[in-house]
Amino acid sequence: MSTPVTPRGFPLPSSLKVVPGTERAQAAYPYYMQFDETDDKRFWFYNSMHFPEPMSAFDMVTAEAAYCALGSSNTRVHSLPTTLGIDYRIINGRVYIGGNAVTDPTEIARRTEEFQKRAFYYYANWERLYAQWRQKMMQLIRDAQALPKLELPEFEPLAHVHAGRGVASNHYLLETYQKTLEGYFRMWHHHFEFLLLGYGAYLTFFGFCKKAFPEITDQTIARMVAGIEAEIFRPDDELRRLARRAVELGVDEKFQQQVSANDIIRTLQQLGEPGRAWLEELEISRDPWFNINVGDGFYHYHRAWNDDLSMPFACLPEYIRRVKSGESLERPIERLQAERQELIEGYRELLNTDEDRAAYDQMIALAHRVFPYVEGHKFYCEHWYTNLFFNKIREFGALLSAHGFFPGTEDVFQLTRYELEMAIIDLMTSWSNGSAPRGPSHWAKIVAERRAAIAEWAKHVTPPALGPVPDVIDDPAIVMLWGITRESLNTWLAADSGTDSNEVRGFAASSGVAEGPARIVKSADEISRLKQGDILVCQITNPTWAPIFQTIVAAVSDIGGSMSHAAIVAREYGLPAVVGTGNATARIKDGQRIRVDGGRGVVTILE
Amino acid sequence: MASTAVIGWFADIGLDDRPHVGGKGGSLGELQRAGIAVPPGFVVKTGAFERFIRALECHSPVRLRVAALSGEDLAATMACCAEIRARVEAEELPAEVLDEVSAAHTALCGGDSQTPVAVRSSATTEDAVDASFAGLQDTYLWVTNLIQTLQRVRACWASLYSVESVTYRRRRGLPEESVAMAVVVQKMVNARTAGVMFTRSPITGDRSVLTVEGSWGLGSAVVGGEVTPDRWVLGKVAGEISVREISEKLVQHVPIATGGIETVAVAENQRRAPCMSDEELQALRAVARKVERHYGRPQDIEWAVEQRTNSILLLQSRPETVWSAKESIPVARPAENPLTHVMSIFGGKR
Repeated sequence: MSTPVTPRGFPLPSSLKVVPGTERAQAAYPYYMQFDETDDKRFWFYNSMHFPEPMSAFDMVTAEAAYCALGSSNTRVHSLPTTLGIDYRIINGRVYIGGNAVTDPTEIARRTEEFQKRAFYYYANWERLYAQWRQKMMQLIRDAQALPKLELPEFEPLAHVHAGRGVASNHYLLETYQKTLEGYFRMWHHHFEFLLLGYGAYLTFFGFCKKAFPEITDQTIARMVAGIEAEIFRPDDELRRLARRAVELGVDEKFQQQVSANDIIRTLQQLGEPGRAWLEELEISRDPWFNINVGDGFYHYHRAWNDDLSMPFACLPEYIRRVKSGESLERPIERLQAERQELIEGYRELLNTDEDRAAYDQMIALAHRVFPYVEGHKFYCEHWYTNLFFNKIREFGALLSAHGFFPGTEDVFQLTRYELEMAIIDLMTSWSNGSAPRGPSHWAKIVAERRAAIAEWAKHVTPPALGPVPDVIDDPAIVMLWGITRESLNTWLAADSGTDSNEVRGFAASSGVAEGPARIVKSADEISRLKQGDILVCQITNPTWAPIFQTIVAAVSDIGGSMSHAAIVAREYGLPAVVGTGNATARIKDGQRIRVDGGRGVVTILE
Repeated sequence: MASTAVIGWFADIGLDDRPHVGGKGGSLGELQRAGIAVPPGFVVKTGAFERFIRALECHSPVRLRVAALSGEDLAATMACCAEIRARVEAEELPAEVLDEVSAAHTALCGGDSQTPVAVRSSATTEDAVDASFAGLQDTYLWVTNLIQTLQRVRACWASLYSVESVTYRRRRGLPEESVAMAVVVQKMVNARTAGVMFTRSPITGDRSVLTVEGSWGLGSAVVGGEVTPDRWVLGKVAGEISVREISEKLVQHVPIATGGIETVAVAENQRRAPCMSDEELQALRAVARKVERHYGRPQDIEWAVEQRTNSILLLQSRPETVWSAKESIPVARPAENPLTHVMSIFGGKR
């Protein structure tokens, strides 16, 4: 991916203007997220990996809570020697982030000493601490599930009065809201408790392999480390299981592509014993494995399978067809394990010295130790807990909407988290006083304005990065989490200078070559446009998109490294994939014929 | 037919026999013994050459005259070499050598003396530079009768007395008595596709990949650089194909029925078609791993796919030398505390 460097940087943050007519929507974001002139001196990049679409006012809490926790883990808990936390800003709904590298050698030395007391303790006690993590995380999930329903009765229930509770129902609105937020912020601390240490240990092994075997593909290294029974595969495994059960129970005919999930369920309910038996199986799968959302947990509208069965049901007919054609949909766990072991031993044998082999053994042992967390945490954090969180906020939306604050439940996500607390207090007050709330005349207009702003922002392409280009990117957090290196920035700069090449380059994520029409999918809603034989071109994919990989012949994404979900899932399905192209969704037109060479990381536009 | 001091069948020889059968012959024997398919054949051993030279020197000296050359006097060297080569190529084989080679040829060809064979020089010297002068290029393809075969054997011997080879030996003061040449005679493979492969990356030295280059027809078009071959890079361990470059293959080498080979144009619809299927590449990978394991070091291999049977045969395997020097330096050393390895990521030293 080495491209000649043009000696110039990206636009300065101050040169990036708020889209005319959306100024008030921009001003709604808290002051500490707004760019100011001092930001021109720093390098920022658009975090399109996590935030590929403009962010609504409430959804910015996902950036806020995440960076609070990421930064504290790096800066204060584990004391990463060369990096502190990540600053973030928002403009036109787009989230830009910038790292805080530590460059002073004395400070690095001081932080290194701390790091070894902290991080090394985590590595040495990983299994115990991770077992404890799972308990903490499950407790947090149970706490969130136990939050009370929101109620504002006309009269306080007699039981409360006679028990002398002494606190009225309106107070519990505030308490529940604050607990909801508190739990969400806490979840992100759990999320980052191990994450960078995990990635770091993995990348240590990765770096060794790249030195020892300069031409080894990223996906081969990933396959040596990746778990085989990781949580990430479970939702899709459950769909395969449900497809098998449907065939075994003889209800498979009821699953048709054009029939809605609800209609299928109704038909099954009327079908007697076999239908009932399948629906029981569905319930087993749903709790907890359908607590996976169709996005990556950063947008309120990325609904969980449990809340919207259309996605999992849309995948069942194809799985059923494959079961009936005699294909075993079981993931061959033992064979996969044997293959992984063969890879590990095969590469070990090719090392030149016994010293190399000893170092290799040490590094892969550590990578295997940390990897269950790296792969597993997302299900609990970004999916299960996040769904509970957004659904609780949705309850507030329903309540406020019922009291006329805005037209629909979902409108609540157009308020910032601070504004939502104001609206709740407004409602609490009016309930107390028996007077009308002020919200209805206040919020409806604002909600409409912000929705329009988001629609407008979505039409504008935002620069991939801002500010002066750093000489080196030596921030392990940025490299690990976003796969951004000096080399990838050069590619972005070259793409920006209007190259007319018909090639789009990225990371080789999963080898193989495929041709087909490109289908540009910018959000989860558009997944249904994918037809058999299409090539998915998207900003980023995530685990819940896994089932669509049976439809497509290749995948291309703007963002992501070899450990991104698109890459993992593509390898799982044996499909060619190129990830981290920076701008494939902008350069490739919907319907264009393209060729994806996943082994070389090259996408060629053929027409 | 048994091997003798003059003839060595592949099944009876190995690398240890290189002083008598040369590098190429020893390698082919070694491959066959390791259970790898090679076209059947035998080696006309150095014993045959020595008997031949002895007979030749009955008329007038050869080695003494070469030893007397200065290595700096080009005109004298050229004149002497031309004369000696002419004598080598014209001289009849001594009766015992002639009988044995003829019998071996008949045995190899199964009675049909028209069966095409390849005659290839097999230098005994360990010196790679000298070897490359002394007829590494001397491979005669599609030789279709015994008379021709015998002539080609003598041509291989004569290559020892090329101006380059002699000059090289003289400048280094190498003793002429130790100079000898073995010659491989083996059945021709009528190749549909042929090429070379390295069991490491020629670019980075990476031992975990296999680089394959191939084109239509006989391998001589690829080795001689007359065609831009298709090129693949395969992971050695798992077989994933990470590079796939299908070239426009304009020409190929094909046999002439009466003997020899010719360059012809590749059919229009074949030019851009890959000359190997993925399954065949995987089969090549299996062979490459077997050979490399057998030798315990990376190899540089010539291979062919037989036209009728699509079976893979190896024509040559020699150790790769360029990257070997670097191998003793470990990429990383084991650490007393394995956790300190992570400092390569967190320590800011990248």
